[in-house]
Amino acid sequence: MTNNALDLGWRLMLLSLIAIGGVDPIVPDIYRFVVDARGWMTERQFADLYALARATPGPNSLLVTLIGWQVAGLLGALIATLALCGLPCLLTFAVSRVWHRFERARWRRVVEEGLAPVAVGLVFGSWYVLVHVADRTWVAGAITATSMLAVWSARLHPLLVLAAGGIAGVIGIV
Amino acid sequence: MASHVQAFMDTDVRAVSPETCATITHGELFLAFLTAGLSGFGGALAWIHRAVVSKREWMSEDEFASALGLCQLLPGPIVINLAIYIGARYRGATGACAAFSGLLLAPCAIAVLLAAGYSRYGQLAVAQSALAGVVPAAMGLLLAMAIRLAGRLRRRGEMALVAAAAFVGIGMLRFPVIVVVLTIAPFSLLLAHRRVS
Repeated sequence: MTNNALDLGWRLMLLSLIAIGGVDPIVPDIYRFVVDARGWMTERQFADLYALARATPGPNSLLVTLIGWQVAGLLGALIATLALCGLPCLLTFAVSRVWHRFERARWRRVVEEGLAPVAVGLVFGSWYVLVHVADRTWVAGAITATSMLAVWSARLHPLLVLAAGGIAGVIGIV
Repeated sequence: MASHVQAFMDTDVRAVSPETCATITHGELFLAFLTAGLSGFGGALAWIHRAVVSKREWMSEDEFASALGLCQLLPGPIVINLAIYIGARYRGATGACAAFSGLLLAPCAIAVLLAAGYSRYGQLAVAQSALAGVVPAAMGLLLAMAIRLAGRLRRRGEMALVAAAAFVGIGMLRFPVIVVVLTIAPFSLLLAHRRVS
């Protein structure tokens, strides 16, 4: 059990370093490792954990917590989560330290001004990719448009908007 | 409608006062990210934006966009990097820990409890069908956030062009993030360098 957890943890730690732009790019690698290479779970179990991670509020990276849990229980969940987040967190912390130290430096303003539009483009781009998966029906598309307008112009609390979407899903009109 | 949109986009332009930043406690950081994590069905990014920009005004839109750019560039889950960045910005290493645990603890516990129940009860049919409606709604929230962030770019045509190029690379051509960033960021930095100097 513990050996499996460490095996998984080591692999996730390596994968975390190439997870540029979030966890989504490394999901296929995780799949190949835990299903094909190690045989810790079936294709179906992996798909179920993926769906479960998405049904849970919070970061999508919860997927690795669930995979760890499936492989080696609570210890596995803990090791997998920390293995995925550990190095990126340390790196982000180090970078933000340097960043904040040079608060008034001119190069920092250049980097900020240069990165901001790239960031905005990436958010739109990943939204565009995700929306094709999320909105397979006209109703789903209408829910996206309505909820966008609802939080934007009516200033509704976003949780109400999500709840309305959930109700639409439960009564089966999506 | 146009003036309404304009007014909406201008709401968060004001800079954040240093006094606000100095008084953010570990508890507040933890709580802000706890709420964002627990509300974040279908993605937590829009909720973090709401927590630290719209609701608490700890950061301006501009600063959030730059922080997001940095976190996208670094490896690892973006929202977790963002928690570390924001926590560290206001309360150093311990602040980063407070934000990180706020964002992750509750969702992890819920996920594991659900998984434990799942292996016993099999299909979570109701959750699945609810999700079919929640995820499209979450896409709406994300789009609203993206439009807010884009509002900052309208002052500069060249910045809008950079954003459009990144969008096409990721969204339409489906290139990996790293490829798009390495291709576009140098140009964007060069343009920014020219503007700043």
